[in-house]
Amino acid sequence: MSARIGVVTFPGSLDDGDAARGVRLAGGEAVRLWHADPDLHSVDAVILPGGFSYGDYLRGGAIARFAPVMESIAQAARDGMPVLGICNGFQILCEAHLLPGALTRNEHLHFRNRDQWLRIEAVQPVWTNAFAASQEVLIPVKHGEGRYVADQRTLEELEANGQVVARYINGNPNGSLNDIAAISNAAGNVVGIMPHPEHAVEALTGPSIDGLAFFTSVLKHLAGAGAQA
Amino acid sequence: MAVDEYNGGPDTVQRATATPQELQPYAELGLKDDEYERIREILGRRPTQSELAMYSIMWSEHCSYKSSKVHLRQFGEKAPPSDRLLAGIGENAGVIQISDDLAVTFKVESHNHPSYVEPYQGAATGVGGIVRDILAMGARPVAVMDPLRFGAADHEDTARVLPGVVAGIGGYGNSLGLPNIGGEVVFDPCYQGNPLVNALCVGVLPVDRLQNKAAAGAGNIVVLMGAKTGRDGIGGVSVLASATFDDESEQRRPSVQVGDPFMEKLLIEACLELYDAKLVVGIQDLGGAGLTCALTETAAAAGTGMTVALERVPLREPSMAPHEILASESQERMLLIVEPAQLHAVLAIAEKWGVIATAIGEVTPPGPDGLPGRLTIDWRGHTVVDVPPGSLADDGPVYARPVREPADRILLQADRAETLPRPSTPEALRETLLRMVASPNLCDKTWVTEQYDRHVLGNTVLAQPEDSGVIRIDERSGLGVALSVDGNGRFARLDPYQGAKLALAEAYRNVAVTGARPLAVTNCLNFGSPEDPSVMWQFAEAVRGLADGCAELGIPVTGGNVSFYNQTGAAAIHPTPVVGVLGVLDDVTQRVPMGFPARANPDGDIIFLLGETRVELSGSEWAWVTHEHLGGVPPRVDLPRERTLATVLAEAARVGHLSAAHDLSDGGLAQALVEACLRNGIGARVALPEEQTAGSMPFAYLFSESAGRALVAVPHGQEKAFTALCSEHGLPWTALGVTDPNGGVLEIRDQFTIGLSELREAYTSTLPKLFGTGA
Repeated sequence: MSARIGVVTFPGSLDDGDAARGVRLAGGEAVRLWHADPDLHSVDAVILPGGFSYGDYLRGGAIARFAPVMESIAQAARDGMPVLGICNGFQILCEAHLLPGALTRNEHLHFRNRDQWLRIEAVQPVWTNAFAASQEVLIPVKHGEGRYVADQRTLEELEANGQVVARYINGNPNGSLNDIAAISNAAGNVVGIMPHPEHAVEALTGPSIDGLAFFTSVLKHLAGAGAQA
Repeated sequence: MAVDEYNGGPDTVQRATATPQELQPYAELGLKDDEYERIREILGRRPTQSELAMYSIMWSEHCSYKSSKVHLRQFGEKAPPSDRLLAGIGENAGVIQISDDLAVTFKVESHNHPSYVEPYQGAATGVGGIVRDILAMGARPVAVMDPLRFGAADHEDTARVLPGVVAGIGGYGNSLGLPNIGGEVVFDPCYQGNPLVNALCVGVLPVDRLQNKAAAGAGNIVVLMGAKTGRDGIGGVSVLASATFDDESEQRRPSVQVGDPFMEKLLIEACLELYDAKLVVGIQDLGGAGLTCALTETAAAAGTGMTVALERVPLREPSMAPHEILASESQERMLLIVEPAQLHAVLAIAEKWGVIATAIGEVTPPGPDGLPGRLTIDWRGHTVVDVPPGSLADDGPVYARPVREPADRILLQADRAETLPRPSTPEALRETLLRMVASPNLCDKTWVTEQYDRHVLGNTVLAQPEDSGVIRIDERSGLGVALSVDGNGRFARLDPYQGAKLALAEAYRNVAVTGARPLAVTNCLNFGSPEDPSVMWQFAEAVRGLADGCAELGIPVTGGNVSFYNQTGAAAIHPTPVVGVLGVLDDVTQRVPMGFPARANPDGDIIFLLGETRVELSGSEWAWVTHEHLGGVPPRVDLPRERTLATVLAEAARVGHLSAAHDLSDGGLAQALVEACLRNGIGARVALPEEQTAGSMPFAYLFSESAGRALVAVPHGQEKAFTALCSEHGLPWTALGVTDPNGGVLEIRDQFTIGLSELREAYTSTLPKLFGTGA
């Protein structure tokens, strides 16, 4: 039986269908979760997709963190459930303090959509174990508020603990500190990524199919966890 | 000017009947003397203040098409018969069936005037408006495109207008989750003070989900859903879009609507859920003319009447007067007609999505004599409106305005660009090429397009800078659509009839080079003041050209929009018909991209030029960039040839002959080669045909803008089959050379060689230099 990966829809979520497609193409079962429903419907992992939850007029993810579904997700994440936040999902994870730091307005102040090279810096998190160490991948970025910032001590800890999951290479699209594109929590089960792996899952529509490995990673991890149980 | 408040409450029907002689500010609202008299005749009394506001808006140029109607009829009259057309002109958008169970709907509209006054909100709400038109047909919007025109690139006001417009389009469209897949960015001094911000949206629907706007069924409930109604945008279309700009334009900012894309996203999801649950009898979006337009059009379409309790409309400002509520152009609102038994279910779905929905009225029967019903609107117990809805929606004034060929036309056409001095040495040609690719109209537009999300929804197969946007519609079958939108104001200025045909031909060709079959046409006709006979002549000629062109190509116009009064003082913009063409690809994996392909082996693909190149430089980008010249006659347009080209391209794409195909238009062959090389960083080695090598012939061959041409790359081994296909259809072809995957240069033999890095530098640095590089 394939793993059940929940994809949350908040009002204003936009890439929820794309995240679900990524799950399906990787061989998982995508389960749609609704922001107002705290029930996680027995999913094995959760994806918080891109978009502008609740309009994001205040600050990206600032309202979504209070959604009923987020309480359940926060608890599950602390208990080790894999959680991936993409773009707005990354912002929500930071707002919910499941990840350190914050995503602020791009340094150049424009929304920017481009195909971006990244280097995968950590392959132990459950969402990146299918990558080779230091693998370089091409994945779209598209955001206006994606500049990762944190205080110096947090940055040092992230770097020291191997929590920087991916870094921008060949140009930093938003002014992120340390060229950070993705980070994980200390346990490695919660990952936030600003670029969009779900937009690089088909050669027909994406600049590459490099994004697929994020979805196969978690399925691989869950299959391993199932075998142990 | 504001209409004065009446003492002792609103101006009611009763009061209007009792005070027939009261002076009314109809002229200030844009109504002519005879138009006002007609309103009095229709009503048998003077109109109330609310009625006067309603007539003034609905009879404005923007809403009534009063100057354009007599010409636009040709689109219907000349259209080829089509059994694919499920809804056509007059609906919110045309709907075309593309498979047994799927249809697409698309339309382009203008939001020119608001975007000049307040660029961000003007452009943002332009996207919002066209998206609601598509939504109202029962479709899920799946992509947008924006043809944009600005004044000179280096004019200081362009630096105000362009960044705001681009940010507004991105800010709204990105937040709706709609990929932006194409469009245009054009600069010309004629658009200074009158930028053109057109917006196109395409949507997809199951055939059986098609909606209509008729308020059918007496007793059905009228529901207003979406944002609260505020004072923003009062008289936006009548005030802004139906008059020319003058010194007071700055004070018109309150006439510009303010957008809330989050609300629109919720509205989209709520409407689609309502459609799928079959809870909607009729639906109409609220755009220009707000409630007035939606109420009168839905009632008129069904021949029914309607009663509305205006005090039920949720307001942002409780102090709003009835005429303000009726005229408000607050965004993100839809009007629904639902059966009483379904009202509860409708309100529940609205609540699920966090959208306000309110029952504001009821459909009433037609008159006992078979005449259409009446629209009566009450406000706090007073009847403030009692009108035949058709008199507002359908029976507005129609003008056959005087037309006169512009006096300067003969001189303009005699001043041909073919007589200008041309570069005739290889060095001069090389320099010209670099200058041309760096010019504002030909240069790379990434500065603009990377502010738009092109990936969302995961079905974008091709997006700008490709010739067409291509969207996958059905993941299982691979069915998809290709869309392009094009216009050339300079060609239309030289000859509006041919210019309109050329715009059509270019959009048609841009769709064809992807391998798609062109199916349908939409248009946005941007012109100066219809009160100027020479502008009206341009308009009449352009419409005639477009209607004739569509008949020759065998594809119907399914809808569109007219924008007049793009004029400051006596100076009108170039007549600018912008034409959108939609085509179908049965399998999007067979789409042909514009760029020369990368190859693992060093063998290049063979480059062919299809069609014929004549010395046609009048109205060209070269004439403008190097001589600031506009004169002569535009390139010849041969629509049967365009059809042949499209047939060959579609067949060649289907059998896999093409590794790349790129339309030739602005900047001619030179520009097409540069773009095809730079797209994937693949070089090319090209030799001009022998008869084109003497004197300034190489220049003419490289920069002429003859229509009906495309550049293609054909993999080794397929060239014989491909040229046989061309010959079979009588399509002229010329083998130009080969791609050079590892060469890193564009070489024009015996002329010049330019490294791709030098080309890229010239091509990409112009807009960042003008509008800022960012970080």
